[in-house]
Amino acid sequence: MALKIVKGSIDRMFDKNLQDLVRGIRNHKEDEAKYISTCIDEIKQELKQDNIAVKANAVCKLTYLQMLGYDVSWAAFNIVEVMSSSKFTYKRIGYLAASQCFHEGTDVIMLTTNQIRKDLSSPHQYDTGVALTGLSCFVTPDLARDLANDIMTLMSHTKPYIRKKAVLIMYKVFLKYPESLRPAFPRLKEKLEDPDPGVQSAAVNVICELARRNPKNYLSLAPLFFKLMTSSTNNWVLIKIIKLFGALTPLEPRLGKKLIEPLTNLIHSTSAMSLLYECVNTVIAVLISLSSGMPNHSASIQLCVQKLRILIEDSDQNLKYLGLLAMSKILKTHPKSVQSHKDLILQCLDDKDESIRLRALDLLYGMVSKKNLMEIVKKLMLHVDKAEGTTYRDELLTKIIDICSQSNYQYITNFEWYISILVELTRLEGTRHGHLIASQMLDVAIRVKAIRGFAVAQMATLLDNAHLLTGNTQRNGICEVLYAAAWICGEFSEHLEDPMQTLEAMLRPKVATLPGHIQAVYVQNAAKLFATVLRKHEGETDSHAAQETSQLLIDRLPLFVQSANLEVQERASCILQLVKYIQKLQQKKVEVAEEVTALFAGELNPVAPKAQKKVPVPEGLDLDAWINKPPSESESEDEKPKAVFAKEEPKHSRSRHTEVDEKELARRREARKREQANNPFYIKASPSSQKVYDAPGVEHIPVVQIDLSVPLKVPGMPMSDQYLKLEEERRQKEKAERKKEKKKKREKRGKERKADSGPESEEDIAPAHQVDIVTEEMPENALPSDDDDKDPNDPHKALDIDLDKPLADSEKLPVRTHRPEVLKSPAEDRVNESIPQETKKRSGKEKKEKKKGKEKDRKRSKEEKKKKKHKEVEEELLESHPEEAVQSEETKEAATPPTSTSAEASELDFWLCSAPVPPAAQEETAPSSAAAVDTSSAAAPESEPDEPKDAEPEDTKSSKHKKKKQKKEKEEKEKKKKKRHHHHHHHSNAGGEDSVQNGTVEEEEPLPPMSNYFLLAENSYIKMMKEDADQVYDIQGNHQDESKVVVSVIFENKSDSFLKSMEFNVLDSLNSKLQRPEGAGAHDSLTVPFQLPPGISNEAHFVFSVQSIVMPQKLKGTLTFIVKSDESSTHEKLDFKLHFTCTSYLITTPCYL
Amino acid sequence: MMHFLLLFSRQGKLRLQKWFLPLPERERKKIVKDMTTMVLSRKPRTCNFLHWKDLKIVYKRYASLYFCCALENKDNELLALEILHRYVELLDKYFGNVCELDIIFNFEKAYFILDEFLMGGEIQETSKQSIAKSVEASDMLQETMEEYMSKPAF
Repeated sequence: MALKIVKGSIDRMFDKNLQDLVRGIRNHKEDEAKYISTCIDEIKQELKQDNIAVKANAVCKLTYLQMLGYDVSWAAFNIVEVMSSSKFTYKRIGYLAASQCFHEGTDVIMLTTNQIRKDLSSPHQYDTGVALTGLSCFVTPDLARDLANDIMTLMSHTKPYIRKKAVLIMYKVFLKYPESLRPAFPRLKEKLEDPDPGVQSAAVNVICELARRNPKNYLSLAPLFFKLMTSSTNNWVLIKIIKLFGALTPLEPRLGKKLIEPLTNLIHSTSAMSLLYECVNTVIAVLISLSSGMPNHSASIQLCVQKLRILIEDSDQNLKYLGLLAMSKILKTHPKSVQSHKDLILQCLDDKDESIRLRALDLLYGMVSKKNLMEIVKKLMLHVDKAEGTTYRDELLTKIIDICSQSNYQYITNFEWYISILVELTRLEGTRHGHLIASQMLDVAIRVKAIRGFAVAQMATLLDNAHLLTGNTQRNGICEVLYAAAWICGEFSEHLEDPMQTLEAMLRPKVATLPGHIQAVYVQNAAKLFATVLRKHEGETDSHAAQETSQLLIDRLPLFVQSANLEVQERASCILQLVKYIQKLQQKKVEVAEEVTALFAGELNPVAPKAQKKVPVPEGLDLDAWINKPPSESESEDEKPKAVFAKEEPKHSRSRHTEVDEKELARRREARKREQANNPFYIKASPSSQKVYDAPGVEHIPVVQIDLSVPLKVPGMPMSDQYLKLEEERRQKEKAERKKEKKKKREKRGKERKADSGPESEEDIAPAHQVDIVTEEMPENALPSDDDDKDPNDPHKALDIDLDKPLADSEKLPVRTHRPEVLKSPAEDRVNESIPQETKKRSGKEKKEKKKGKEKDRKRSKEEKKKKKHKEVEEELLESHPEEAVQSEETKEAATPPTSTSAEASELDFWLCSAPVPPAAQEETAPSSAAAVDTSSAAAPESEPDEPKDAEPEDTKSSKHKKKKQKKEKEEKEKKKKKRHHHHHHHSNAGGEDSVQNGTVEEEEPLPPMSNYFLLAENSYIKMMKEDADQVYDIQGNHQDESKVVVSVIFENKSDSFLKSMEFNVLDSLNSKLQRPEGAGAHDSLTVPFQLPPGISNEAHFVFSVQSIVMPQKLKGTLTFIVKSDESSTHEKLDFKLHFTCTSYLITTPCYL
Repeated sequence: MMHFLLLFSRQGKLRLQKWFLPLPERERKKIVKDMTTMVLSRKPRTCNFLHWKDLKIVYKRYASLYFCCALENKDNELLALEILHRYVELLDKYFGNVCELDIIFNFEKAYFILDEFLMGGEIQETSKQSIAKSVEASDMLQETMEEYMSKPAF
């Protein structure tokens, strides 16, 4: 033994330690790679030795080399060796190396499981600590599964040092092994009240991280966190809690109301900027969630804006930046309060720091108004001139265009000014955004008819001075502008003063150096100009000018015929031949202008970019269906022809449909006309369309036409400034006139309206031109749909787990037993796990069995209830969509069993509702603020423990229990029946109540006389009501899969006629889709499985699959039905909107301790 | 949650790296390269925040070293600055007026201190005293072992 130690120390004397290595690397700067490769060779030798000290030294050096970028993955096994040393010195180095070098793909990780487990249960806290730290960096799903239970035990370790590490690592374990969340959560929750502040803050950190991803599952913790917030003095913790509340408030507006006061107190009192910033952010989130109709919170907004102003005015660039960032959040909901700080924002545009300038630019976007647009853009144009870097200049350019073009050019009062701004922007050298300017020019010229004359003149000037734009390089992006210029001049050539000159400019030899697609436009539009010139000279006795033009074209076009670009060549040769022919006719004195013009007749209208996508698939067209018989691949496909034949039948009924459709079409046309009449931007057939201002007292303001005799011919001079002056003059004039009128009025009315004479408001500024902004065309019936999407690969999705559900046995974390037992066959293992999980994971076989049972049950109940007519109809529904029915029933099961649900929900409700009550509010401000909350929240856990037990048997499977369940189902049905009766009684007050608690009304027998159905839509025939409490249920055990929502809709026949063939359809969004029977297309409607005699109402369920429940959804839908009276039957339609709020997805379930 | 923490010199040499998410080596190298070029190209007296992909980068320069960390979108930038500062304070306390060379030559110590302060991208301990205490205690354990091993046995 002694000899070994001696040998070890002698070896060590010759080794390089880490310091030697670092020194060596620093001394070999010129041949570093060579030096390191010799070092690595040495390290390899060292790793071969038995002495663990030598190995550890080698591994330590490797860790350093790894940081320098050298591959050390070959030493992974040696790292494990060092990790498993019994001595802390080496263990520490081993774990450090592992945490730096290991990742999910490292295969030796699976060898470490037992070693780590041993270290976790080590009696020395630092051994455990080092293992936990290392594990937090390289935990894999396997490690997480195997060690979850050990770590969970450590959360209750006697030493706070271990507890806090265990709590923190749990978050990583949850991410890798989501099944561990539910069993571990109760203990994690306990740690929120740990005596050690470090452990407490760790627990807050973890729960905040979890809750920010899936806030709805943590809503029930709000009272606890509220208590922590009001009692904690640790800013690090406070920030996390306040951030958590920021995530919760969008789900529960009442929570926001409760938070405002403590948060504003904090904002007033704290000196820590990070805390202040967090508070302001959360207050903003609260205000956004409350944005509808909370007038008394303007004080909070003011406070936020004031504080942010202080941040922005601070000399610290960081605070400035964050202030601007937060300001832009307020801007979205409360633009008015931000707009008053315009001066400050504009000041930030002059900042040295580019990031700050960019943030300020973002803000400007929302701050423009009709009044200040010109001024702001002028300022931006100055910046464009000054800007040094091209990236920032390009950013400015896009921002200018964004600001001006936002919401359909809402803020532009003078389009001549805008065109000149665009023309000025073309003078930017080396910008990448030529195409952006070009598309703006095209857009404005096409959509604003009044501006065409001016635009054409400007474009002609541009074309004439094209050499200025294309001057330097071929790749200059700005020459894209010429594309727009040429097209505008050609298309609207009737506005050209001197088309001949423009034509000449477009056919200059220099044009041939432009990119191909621009040349093509040049050639095509030269032909349009030619047509215009011809028409101009038609009827003149001297046809000399016209012939001259033809000659010009014939002279110049051959240059383009030789072009290498196919498009240019083709167009040029076509047009050349055409002109030659025309020339012949001209020589014969034939009038040709009419015919040539006819070539380019007709007006092009703008089409919305999404128009094609939005064309609805016509009824009866199935894009997925085969047009021809599909090629038969095997004999098993023999049945196909039959299917095709069977499909033929509905065709007959379709032809009948078309009759109805024509009426429908006529009706739609009517509706569209009405809509267009109301749309100020739609250009009507009559030329007298004007913008009509409804604002009182504005209509009599005369629109002043300004004689624009501004010289526009000099391209090198900015002229948008002149517009600014003109505009000011114009506004002054208007003001003066208005004052006169007001004076008159005031003389009449006395001093009644003194308050009105403040600064001029938005509407007061009349545009300088009569402007028609033509809307982009969309296909008929196109419905807007929101295109939001979520990343399906988000690891946090798997953690979207209902934490309040009682824990099933199977969900307990795998505890270590003998190896062979744990590792049976993995498949079997999974089955075992999944069986008792009941509602979550169920093996397919069992599911089937259950279904059978249910079907039997259903049949029995069917017999019982045959007397009730509408009940039977509902059974039909169940049978026609067996799967959906089962789902909805399962949904109910999930929502109903624990009776404590309502208790828990009402607990939260009680806590939330107490806010507006004056005494409670007073208590909050008092120093012992948390007391009241404390008692209420403390009462909850105490009353609970026996309640979940009631629910527990639900999870243990037994045949006895199954019977019970069936009974329960029956009971439920009866309840449902009762419920429906309630609805019948209380239709009248439906719509008034928006109860947030789901399901509670359903469970409590003594129902209060109210319904949680509210009106969806109604017309003279039918009334639709939706149940507010949608029930969400995760059908698949796999959390990656989407959830289902069942919507119950009551249809009530209000007419004297019989309603039949009701078809329910909803336009799916990306997030929510109506579940249709298999084989149906994505746009098919669902047949409502009953008919409605006069005065009768009935209920139908529709299942929606929902991708994400954190997004509120609005789905548009239609109900079509046939009204059958004695004499006639008509086809009717009712549009409605289904609104899924985030809270409507909630099911309240008990909190399990 | 913090995604990573990097320390690098003005020349762009990496001095310390801590990854709170396991990333493949290639990706790590790419990120390090991006960070050094982005942060080093910032002018002095500009703000310490940057946007990079969907992360927020917060950096701060202390003497010749840049401390740079990546946050998620909703994290608090000012808090991250506080974290960086707290880490510098801890290093300072441990090494006594810390300089770049201290971290180069004792890089494993710098990691051990960091591991007591942050874990899995979250703050583990906010008290300077208890961090210093636990680092010291583990060092004591280690020192005795090292002394034992390097004690000449002849």
